[in-house]
Amino acid sequence: MSHEVSSIAVLARLILVLPLAGYVLNGLVGERWGRRAVGVIGSGVVGLAFLCALMLFAQLLRLEEGQRQVISDVFSWIGVGELNVSARLLVDPLSAVMVLVVSGVSFLIHVYSIGYMGREANFSRFFAYLNLFVFSMLLLVLAGNFLLMFVGWEGVGLCSYLLIGFWFERESAARAGNKAFIVNRIGDLGFLLGVILIFATFGSLDFDKVFGAAPEVLKTSSSLANLIALLLFVGAIGKSAQVPLYIWLPDAMEGPTPVSALIHAATMVTAGVYMVARCHVLYLLAPPVLIAVAAVGALTAIYAASIGLVQNDIKRVLAYSTISQLGYMFLGCGVAAFSASIFHLMTHAFFKALLFLTAGSVIHALANEQDMRKMGGLYPYMRVTGVTFWVAALAISAIPPLSGFFSKDEILWGAFSDSSLGPSLWVVGAFTGAMTSFYVARLGIKTFHGKPRWTAHANRPVHESPPVMTVPMAVLGLLAAVGGLVGVPAALGGRDNFGRFLEPVFASPLMPHAAHPPGLETILMAVSAIVSLGGIVTAVYFYIWRPELPGIVRERFRRAYRLVLNNYYVDEGYAAGVVRPGERMADYLAQRVDAKGIDGAVNGIAALVNSLSLALRRWQTGLVRNYAFLILIAIIALLFYSIRR
Amino acid sequence: MMEAIPTGYCLFLSAILFTIGVVGFLTRRNAVLVFMCIEIMLNAVNLSFIAFARRLGSLDGQVAVLFVITVAAAEVAVGLSIIVALFRKRKTVDVDQIDLMKW
Repeated sequence: MSHEVSSIAVLARLILVLPLAGYVLNGLVGERWGRRAVGVIGSGVVGLAFLCALMLFAQLLRLEEGQRQVISDVFSWIGVGELNVSARLLVDPLSAVMVLVVSGVSFLIHVYSIGYMGREANFSRFFAYLNLFVFSMLLLVLAGNFLLMFVGWEGVGLCSYLLIGFWFERESAARAGNKAFIVNRIGDLGFLLGVILIFATFGSLDFDKVFGAAPEVLKTSSSLANLIALLLFVGAIGKSAQVPLYIWLPDAMEGPTPVSALIHAATMVTAGVYMVARCHVLYLLAPPVLIAVAAVGALTAIYAASIGLVQNDIKRVLAYSTISQLGYMFLGCGVAAFSASIFHLMTHAFFKALLFLTAGSVIHALANEQDMRKMGGLYPYMRVTGVTFWVAALAISAIPPLSGFFSKDEILWGAFSDSSLGPSLWVVGAFTGAMTSFYVARLGIKTFHGKPRWTAHANRPVHESPPVMTVPMAVLGLLAAVGGLVGVPAALGGRDNFGRFLEPVFASPLMPHAAHPPGLETILMAVSAIVSLGGIVTAVYFYIWRPELPGIVRERFRRAYRLVLNNYYVDEGYAAGVVRPGERMADYLAQRVDAKGIDGAVNGIAALVNSLSLALRRWQTGLVRNYAFLILIAIIALLFYSIRR
Repeated sequence: MMEAIPTGYCLFLSAILFTIGVVGFLTRRNAVLVFMCIEIMLNAVNLSFIAFARRLGSLDGQVAVLFVITVAAAEVAVGLSIIVALFRKRKTVDVDQIDLMKW
């Protein structure tokens, strides 16, 4: 561990300042400078940030393996009594990986947005918000203490609200933005309580101090340790859309597609996973909470996948897919396979962002049509989109040797070898994998192949997207295809560079070690790959060979179909159970308490004074006689009084 | 020497005069009569002062009386001019009719 104002510290500051500058520029003068400038500035700052991230990575590699941790205080922030918090940055392998992923994928999406939002009236506002988002996310991952991380945490929540509700004139979009922010807030309450508890326990909010002191201060499995870990996890549930706080993410698809790709696939939603990985020391001291994390992750994975199977809106399928994949990441954390989760976070960023971008490409070509029932047969017109889509689809289906295969199987292997409930978690994970490949193949087939069900618009024939959109997609496709090769596990003869790079971060005496026969891992991998392949084959069966089957199944299981299609009526449940009571209470408070109660009290006092004065007025007769009489009375009274004394 | 009048009698007379003055002041409607009653009260007080001065053998009481008489004279001058002005405006000296300061 070293505190140095070295090149790394400078680079870290640059990485943060660049997107912030982009936000300020685009926000203040973007309108005047025109689209081209805004696009260049917006993408440029993020691109430069990515280059800085690469340099940071290179610098980090130059340090000794155990020494790769740089802490840098930018300024002293809060100094109140016992609370001394500085704006502290932490650069280590974990944050380096996150910074690379965030800045890299953001850059590609920024470039894509130049094309996608090309006709949008509020172009500069969009890029300003995007830059602000990137800044907040980078702040989150580079933060060296809980409070600064929370600033980034809230910042991404805010930008999510701003960007989901970007087309706020549309009521559904405005409401979706509200929903996202409010549900996030609920999670944030838990997070904040956890942070407060940490401060109360450790007297500091700095990561190095808290994690260093944790093993002594917190007894394993003590209620304090469990409580802290649980509260922090509540924040992750909200931010990363796990059950039961996932409801905002499907509605978040109201925002422009690049927003969905960036925020709700690659970056913001992964903040929860990053946080859990960062605080792994705390979680290792709270095994019951870890079990809960794994359970929630597994449950969410399979639950969301089931909903994604039947959705008709292209973006909703991908939204539920994101929730499901995030479940995988939490499953990985829950079984203490933290680097596997981060690995999956990275590969997921590649292929999920790509899936969203290809969906955006299709939506753009079909003049904002998002219903898959009105697509089909697009491949001949949009080959690049189609090819990159299928690369991403195979990656998410975890077909070797694409990236998703390595990351997902590492998680599943971690789950299997973890504890007694390991094998059942593995089964859930593998089955979810089959569902994943099914719904993504279904999406691909319905969109790109089969008979065209769309109608061409006379003035805009269906065509491939311009290079400013297809080049980022191609780059992501390449990453989705080969990105997994940095983490090939030993069982398959690889060196797992990724895992080894992250190892010092997670090297803690508390990490569980399990030994298993080496062949077992390979067998499990093969099984899960076959299961996923089965999912694809099933989709092909349902949608190409026997296309009448989906209709028949829908009819036969009508009620189940309805249930799943409508998100298990969870939104309705929340509306009835939480929203309506909340609205009723607000109504009551506004009308009865505020208008009648408080206003009534104030008005009542005024009325009281009024009536009192009405009564007292009578004394003022204007006749000197009466006044003289009163004076007399007073004098007599005073005389008596003084005589008495 | 003549026998001095007992102080008590003088005070008693003073009290009666004062009471007559007060009652008159509170009851009469004619402003001039109200003034006369004020004079009665003042004179009652003067009598009281003199009685005590005689009793205590001090001249302070007599000096006070001189003051009171002087002030009373000035006050009458001012007061009567007010009444004249009032009469010129309102054509009446009935105190009950002067109630502009009523609420």
